Amino acid sequence: MKLKYFSAPYLVWMVVFIVVPLLMIAYFAFTNDDGGLTIKHISDVGQYANIFVRSIWLSLVATAICLVVAYPVSFILSRMEKHKQGTMLMIVMLPMWMNFLLRTYAWMTLLGNNGIINHLFGLVGMGPFKLINTSGAVVLGMVYNYLPFMILPLYSVMEKIDKSLFEAASDLGCSSGKTLLRVVIPLSMPGITSGITMVFVPAISTFIISRMLGGGSNLLIGDLIEMQFLGNAYNPHLGAAISLVLMVIILVIMTVMNQFDPDDQVLM
Amino acid sequence: MFRRIFLSAAAALTAVTALTACSSGAPEEAPEEEEEGSAQTLTVSDPDYYTRFKGKGLSINVYNWGEYISTGADEGTLDVNGEFEKLTGIKVNYTNYATNEELYAKLKGGGAAYDVIIPSDYMISKMIKEKMIQPLDFSNIPNFEYIMENFRNQAYDPENAYTVPYTWGTVGIIYDTTMIDIPPEEIDWDLLWNEDYADQILMFDNPRDAFAIAELMLGYSLNTEDPEELEQAAFKLRQQKRIVQGYVMDEVFDKMEAGDALIAPYYAGDALTILEGNEDLDFVVPKSGTNLFVDAMCIPSNARQKEAAEMYINFMCEPDIAFANIDYICYSTPHSAAFEMLDEETRESHVSYPDEDFIRDKTTVFVNLSDEANKKMQDLWTEMKSAEDENTNKWITPIFLIFCVALMIFVLIRRHIKAKKDIF
Repeated sequence: MKLKYFSAPYLVWMVVFIVVPLLMIAYFAFTNDDGGLTIKHISDVGQYANIFVRSIWLSLVATAICLVVAYPVSFILSRMEKHKQGTMLMIVMLPMWMNFLLRTYAWMTLLGNNGIINHLFGLVGMGPFKLINTSGAVVLGMVYNYLPFMILPLYSVMEKIDKSLFEAASDLGCSSGKTLLRVVIPLSMPGITSGITMVFVPAISTFIISRMLGGGSNLLIGDLIEMQFLGNAYNPHLGAAISLVLMVIILVIMTVMNQFDPDDQVLM
Repeated sequence: MFRRIFLSAAAALTAVTALTACSSGAPEEAPEEEEEGSAQTLTVSDPDYYTRFKGKGLSINVYNWGEYISTGADEGTLDVNGEFEKLTGIKVNYTNYATNEELYAKLKGGGAAYDVIIPSDYMISKMIKEKMIQPLDFSNIPNFEYIMENFRNQAYDPENAYTVPYTWGTVGIIYDTTMIDIPPEEIDWDLLWNEDYADQILMFDNPRDAFAIAELMLGYSLNTEDPEELEQAAFKLRQQKRIVQGYVMDEVFDKMEAGDALIAPYYAGDALTILEGNEDLDFVVPKSGTNLFVDAMCIPSNARQKEAAEMYINFMCEPDIAFANIDYICYSTPHSAAFEMLDEETRESHVSYPDEDFIRDKTTVFVNLSDEANKKMQDLWTEMKSAEDENTNKWITPIFLIFCVALMIFVLIRRHIKAKKDIF
């Protein structure tokens, strides 16, 4: 029971910096400037429905692309020899050593009308294409920045799948496609769900990626919240209300996601 | 207004070019000798005035824009805060902010007591209205006499009781002279709506500046609160959206210097820096009128050291100090003595110092709008920015809904199957 005391610092940390701020957001969302209770701000959020839809849509697309790209990579990675795995993992992590802003800034230079990619197209007589300031560029920025967050949980789950399971599957007459469906995917389900969470949640609330790569005309929820605090109309109440609605949406989506987790079976 | 965030990054890299950047593309041979010969020196008008608090261990908190004071980083320039500490014995705690709104949020949130702040015009009038700044005692600021008549009693502070102007500037258009074949005299705001340059136009990414341009084109006041006029301006911006490449603030430095866009509206002081980076570019202030912005020094209501703060403001208005600052920042100065000390090239530059008549008749200073007007503008702006092109808007929502429904059905079926399995 002594172990309990060791968790005290984290408990204090959690209460002061997570629970209290959350309560303050809820308080701000439901009050007026003069402190009176109101649901006006929450209902005002409704007018931004299209921004919510776009944010959810773009981050879902980014998450899906991340999953499709990361799944085979993680599988191959987990089947490599041990010493190679370390090197390859480092290569996956390498971009994360650099500052997030800097990486996104670099994409601005790459995708610009006179950027490197359009320049290369120009050499073979094509383009210039409109690459930057599109929703595609925003998705690209999300995929690029959050891909490692998908690969790592997938890899750590797949690494634990015993090789003998594949042998057993083929002994019992499974084709490789069936092995994938019946063995690999079910066993890597926890990795898939946590990977999706780790990509989807930051993607849906990002604002700097859409500002830099979306050219300011692809507003996401993050931009909207930022505008309430640092924009012309200083309105922390509406900002808090939008944040609260966003949290609820994420919660709902995560609950749906957890339905796929095989752990549920044990619980139910 | 994000205009100075970039400067902090740029200055770190190119601290050396900062001096030449001010001289608006001056021929390089001429002024250099003079500059090297004359290191900035400081003589104050009334040394006794400044030594009153010596030895009392006072300190003041100064909250300013980033890269908005001479730090002495370049050889031969003055370290303004250091000189002040040396002269008065008052310690200066100097911190930075990036936007007026950040400053406002910080002050409004409480918990931070600043003694000197330097907000812009519209924010000043907002703070006066909300009693966040206090009237100054001008008998403690004798150097106010240097402030040009033009910059006293501005609309944001009609009695000039709260503020001492620090810098000013105008908004104009940066454009690529090699691609745009229009003589500078004929360039007006409608260039930003010119279909010929579709997808080559950048626009301000903040509602106040963007609406101002639309209002200038429509002939409305820049401080209009009429919902009808705001709607009209928003409609104008919406028409423009199709041909706008992006809505940017500091990114304008990179994009214009790299030639990614041909046209962008921006602030005069920063435009000079951009022009240094790409010689194809030029800057013009449209004759039909523009916005004049002023940043002025104020003292918040909850300041702890009012007299010391006034001393600091007075110090900032010492001719030598005012010159050192303006030489470093490259914005325009409202300080008559500092203006006289500038080299001729800069004084006669139409970018930094347009004619007095033009300033008086054709420029407008922002004042704070009412809460309703601000909210209206913000809503219209969000609506304008989030409006999709029609063809994409049609399918995104339905597909998303179908996706959600399909997901739910899938989950339900899965559960059903699981439940059945569990029975056996």
